[in-house]
Amino acid sequence: MRDRIFAPSRMLIYLVVWLIATAWLVPFVVVVLNSLRTAEEIAQTSMIGWPKQWAWSNYVTAWAEFCVAQTCAGIRPYMLNSAIVTIPATIISTMLGAVAGYAVSLWRFRGDQWIYGIVTLGIFLPQQMRLLPWTIVLRDVGLINTLTGLVVIHTIQGLSFTTLFCRNYYVAIPPELMRAARIDGAGFFRIFWRIVLPLSPPILIVTVIWQFTHIWNEFLYGVTFTTGQQQPVTAALIALSAAIADIPQHGVQSAAVMIAALPTLLIYVLGGRYFVRGLTAGAVK
Amino acid sequence: MTHTVAAETRTGRPVTFGILRRLPEHLAIWVPLLLSAGHLVSFALWTVWISFTPSTLVPVSGWVGLRNYTAVMATRNWQIAFDNLLLFGCGFVLLSLLTGLLLAVLLDQRIRGENVLRSIFLYPIALSFVVTGTVWSWLLNPGLGIQKLVNDIGWTSFRFDWLIDRDMAIWTIVIAAVWQSSGFAMALFLAGLRSVDADLIKAAQIDGAGPIRMYRRVILPTLWPITVTVVVIQLQFAITTFDLVRALTGGGPGLATQLPALVVYDLMFQRGLLARGAAAAVLMLLILLAVLLPYAGWRYLQRRQAAHA
Repeated sequence: MRDRIFAPSRMLIYLVVWLIATAWLVPFVVVVLNSLRTAEEIAQTSMIGWPKQWAWSNYVTAWAEFCVAQTCAGIRPYMLNSAIVTIPATIISTMLGAVAGYAVSLWRFRGDQWIYGIVTLGIFLPQQMRLLPWTIVLRDVGLINTLTGLVVIHTIQGLSFTTLFCRNYYVAIPPELMRAARIDGAGFFRIFWRIVLPLSPPILIVTVIWQFTHIWNEFLYGVTFTTGQQQPVTAALIALSAAIADIPQHGVQSAAVMIAALPTLLIYVLGGRYFVRGLTAGAVK
Repeated sequence: MTHTVAAETRTGRPVTFGILRRLPEHLAIWVPLLLSAGHLVSFALWTVWISFTPSTLVPVSGWVGLRNYTAVMATRNWQIAFDNLLLFGCGFVLLSLLTGLLLAVLLDQRIRGENVLRSIFLYPIALSFVVTGTVWSWLLNPGLGIQKLVNDIGWTSFRFDWLIDRDMAIWTIVIAAVWQSSGFAMALFLAGLRSVDADLIKAAQIDGAGPIRMYRRVILPTLWPITVTVVVIQLQFAITTFDLVRALTGGGPGLATQLPALVVYDLMFQRGLLARGAAAAVLMLLILLAVLLPYAGWRYLQRRQAAHA
């Protein structure tokens, strides 16, 4: 199986794999091209085509001008909402998960395995089982239809993943290291700060990427607990397609989709290795 | 590492003082864990409880037995959703499994540009299902997408209108879902292929096995634990699918792409039938458990075998 690229069987492999790869790229290329075509041009032909004139203005309209339900500020406020929810929820859930993962992996205390088992069940419990309780909790504390409410939800729910990731990473820390630190009189926080945290960057990057992607892309909670100007960008995209169903604006809509997908795509491109590691770490459970 | 936190106090000072001194660390340990575990248990139990009450717009106490469950299961909405789930679940899992396996085997042939190809097959995973659904709703729209393009080129009788065809609409969800998550199956399979024992392959080569026989008899059989994991994860996704359908078909045409998660949402937040919505959510959980419990049992047996070996 040496790389003789011109052997017939090798060429077949390259042909098949690149054909599938092209098919996989089509949706992305179509959206990029459409985001640069005018509505008239798309209406005359189809969604699939090369721009005759480059309509960069689609991005301006998508970012700051088009109207969703009476407000005409483009996708900008919703992108901001998503950022306001995603960034704090990612940071807080990762920090708490790191401490919790450290506690259950390196400190034994009564009931540690039990509570850790329950926490990981959160990976499997469908969101639908938590929708009504969250509604009531958010209403009772006055956080319904607020971004803070979404931060709280994503922080608490994210703990299942962040604790799992960190715990599985920290159990590999040699016990001798812990024992030596304790003999030196180091306590819970000092050991975390001095020994565990310096070893943590790889797992923290995986966790942050995982949390950011999931929270940014989340839709159900966004659409259930927020309305109008408070919605994250995923919910706004759906509202947008409903709002302009009468007068199709596929160029602008494609630009909006591109903008909304950009943060997670960037993270994927920049941190691909860690991204994949998170996927497989989540799968092994 | 078997000492407990409390037993750490060796100062001889009163125990209460020790606890106070250790308050920050107890808080750090217990607050996140209790928040997480506490909300999971109480929320799940609360939803189960509500499903047995006569609640409609607001939660009320009372006991109606299984009436909400029988009511939900008697609706056409749920029946269609359940049938669709079977179809979607099987079609999606099978197709993404085969695609993922094919891609992994192809990429395992030491081809040039493997990293680029892997990134191409995996990038959809970084997207939200709302984006995926929206984009595929354009491509599959007969008046806008692939059909329009082929018609414009000159093949005017070409039809690819599954999106508006009641019988075929569910397959549009399958297409988009396969596109989104085959890369994930590929990544896991590829990791599995790369960890196949080299001696095993060498032994088969000495026996004169060709590449196809090698895969069928030697390499693929070692992948089945990974296959089970992929199937379970994909099924878990299939059972809870919501965003993708909302963005791609909205559940239509008619009820043609209705799925359980959409029924739950509809009952809870559009019809204001909390108890029935909760019952539908519990039904969803039961379907999920029908997949996860056998898997957990299998994993347990596997681990025990590994421990004895």
